[in-house]
Amino acid sequence: MNTIYNRFLGGKSGLTKLLVLAILLLVVLPLTMSVFRLNLVGKYLTFGFVALGLVMLWGKAGVLSLGQGVFFGLGGYCMAMFLKLEASDPISTKIQSTPGIPDFMDWNQLKALPAFWVPFKHLPISLIAVVVVPSILAYVIGLAMFKRRVGGVYFAIITQALALILSLGIDGNQGWTGGRNGITDLRTLWGWDIRTQSAQYVLYFVTCLSLIFAILALQWLLSGKMGKMLLAMREREDRVRFSGYDVSMFKVFTFCLAAALSGIGGALFVLQVGFISPSLVGIIPSIEMVIYAAVGGRASLYGAIYGTLIVNTGKSLFSESFPQLWLFCMGGLFIAVVVFFPDGLAGVVDSGSKKIGRWFQTKKNGSPPDVSLDNAVLATTGKIDES
Amino acid sequence: MSSNTSFLLGIEDLTVSFDGFKAVDSLNLYIEPNELRVIIGPNGAGKTTVLDMICGKTRPTDGSVKFYNRELVGLSEHEIVRAGVGRKFQTPSIYENLTVLENLEVSFPKGRSVFGCIAFTRSSEVMARIHKVAEEIFLADHLEVEGAHLSHGQKQWLEIGMLLMQEPKLLMLDEPVAGMSPAEREQTAQLLKRITQGRSIIIIEHDMEFVSRIAHKVTVLHLGKILAEGTMEEIRHHPKVIEVYLGH
Repeated sequence: MNTIYNRFLGGKSGLTKLLVLAILLLVVLPLTMSVFRLNLVGKYLTFGFVALGLVMLWGKAGVLSLGQGVFFGLGGYCMAMFLKLEASDPISTKIQSTPGIPDFMDWNQLKALPAFWVPFKHLPISLIAVVVVPSILAYVIGLAMFKRRVGGVYFAIITQALALILSLGIDGNQGWTGGRNGITDLRTLWGWDIRTQSAQYVLYFVTCLSLIFAILALQWLLSGKMGKMLLAMREREDRVRFSGYDVSMFKVFTFCLAAALSGIGGALFVLQVGFISPSLVGIIPSIEMVIYAAVGGRASLYGAIYGTLIVNTGKSLFSESFPQLWLFCMGGLFIAVVVFFPDGLAGVVDSGSKKIGRWFQTKKNGSPPDVSLDNAVLATTGKIDES
Repeated sequence: MSSNTSFLLGIEDLTVSFDGFKAVDSLNLYIEPNELRVIIGPNGAGKTTVLDMICGKTRPTDGSVKFYNRELVGLSEHEIVRAGVGRKFQTPSIYENLTVLENLEVSFPKGRSVFGCIAFTRSSEVMARIHKVAEEIFLADHLEVEGAHLSHGQKQWLEIGMLLMQEPKLLMLDEPVAGMSPAEREQTAQLLKRITQGRSIIIIEHDMEFVSRIAHKVTVLHLGKILAEGTMEEIRHHPKVIEVYLGH
C-alpha cells in the first residue's frame, strides 16, 4: 500500500498534482466547455503523450529528439489505416472501379490493397501496431545512433532529418498513403460511429484516463532504480559505463518508450479528429512538441501536460487573428523559456510553492521554520511579513 | 602473438599512438593475483593511458591485454567491468545528485540490463552490502548525504566504495590520495591494504612516502616504456630512475 502511494502517486506532493490535473480534466473542463471546445482540448492532450515522452527522453535521459512527430504520425497512421479499411467496405465503395479498397487508392489506379495494409483489417493487430511500429523504428534508429555514441546536436539533427524523410515519403506515395491529403473520411470503430457527440465525449475521457495512467506508470518507473540511472547517466555517463552498464541500451529504451507514448497519442488523435496527414509528421510539428515540453518544464511529467495545453490554447487563439505571426511567436517563446526559465512552468511553480510554504510556516510559528534557511529566503519572508 | 599465462593480468606489446606520438610503446606488464602494484613516472609517461587501455576507454594501436587469459582489447567498457575490472578516475567521479546510499546502490552488480533495472528492488542483500562497504570506506554515518556535500577526501573514498560494490578482481586507482589531508592519507593506506585481500590492485601515485608504505612492487614508466621494475628499495637506488624522476 505504502509502495503504491510512494511509487505510483509520488507521495503527498504527487497526489496533490494528480488530483488537481484529474479534477481539471475530468470535471471542470467537461462541465464548462462546449463539446467542440472539449474536443479541441482532447486533441491537445494527445500531443501531451508526445510531451510526456520528451520529458523522459530529453528531461530525464538528456537526449533531445526533434523528430517525435514521426512516432506520433506512425501511431496515427496505424489507427487511421484500420478505420479507413472499415469505412471502405465494398457496399459503400461500390461506385469505385475497384470496390473494397480505400477511395484514394482507387483514384490512383490501384487495383488491389497493398500487402502492408492487409494486417490493418484487424483491430487487435492495429492497436498493437500503434505501439509496436513506432517502438521498432525507435529501436533501430536508437541502436544505430547510441551504440556509436551519437548524441546531442547530432542526434537532434538526425531525428529532424527522419521527420523530413517520413513526411516526404508519405507525401510522395499517394496511392499507398493518401499523400498530402492524408487519410480522411474516417467513420466507425468496429461499427461505433466516432463522429457523434457522445463518441466525442467518450473519446475525450478515454484520452484523459490514458494520459493519467501514463503519468502514473512513468512516475513508478522514475521512482525506482531507472530514475536514479537516468540521473546518473545525465551527470556522469562515463562513470555509469565503468559501473558495468551499457549506457546505450538505456538510451535506446527511453527512446522506444517515448516513441510508444507518441504512437498512442497519435492513435487517440486520429480517433478524435478523424484524419491524419503528413503535416502532423514533419519538422514543424515535431519542434512544436518539443516546445510544449520546454514550456511546461522538460523534467516534469505534469508540467508537460500543462505546457501542451497552454501552448496549444495560445496557438488557437493567436493563429485565428494573426496566422502568419504564430511561428515567429512560437520561436520567440521557445528561446525565452530556454533562456529565462530552463525548468519551465514546473520550475516556476515549484520555487513559488516553496516560498509560499515557507511564508505560511513563518506566519504560523512567528519565526523561520528551519534554521538552515538561506539568507535570501529569510530576506524575502521578512519583507512579506512587514508588508 | 600473445601467449596464455598464469598471471591475473598479462599486458604484452601494448602500444598506442596519437597522431604518430607513441604515448605507450610496446609495454609488457604482468600482475599476479593478490598483488598491489604501484605505477609511478613523470608527467606524460603514459601511466593514465595504460589504465585507459586496460579498461577500454582508449583503444590500443597494437598489443594485447589478457585478464584471466581472456582478451580485453576490443571489448566495450561495460563488458570489461563485468569481466571483473574496476576503475577509479583521477578526479572523484561520483554522482553528486545522489546520496551516498544511492551511489553505492547503483554500483551494485545486479539489475545492469534495462529490464533488470526496472525489476530491481532494494533487497536486504543489497542493503547488507551497502552497509558493509560504507563501513569500510568510513562513510557509514553519511549514507543519506548527497554526493555533492561530501569533502574531497570522502568523495575519493566513495568512489573506491562504488568499485568495491562491484567486487572486482582487479582494481585500478588513479591517484587515490590526491588532495587528501595527512590523516585521510593514513586511513586510505589502511583501506587499500585491507581491500587487497582476494584481489589485485594497480595504483598510479606520485606521493613517494605513500607508495613506499603500500606497494608490493613498483613499476616506473618513462616516455611510454618501462624504465625499471622492483621493490621500492630497488627503485630508490636505480640510477636511471634517479636521473629522470626521483632526482627532480
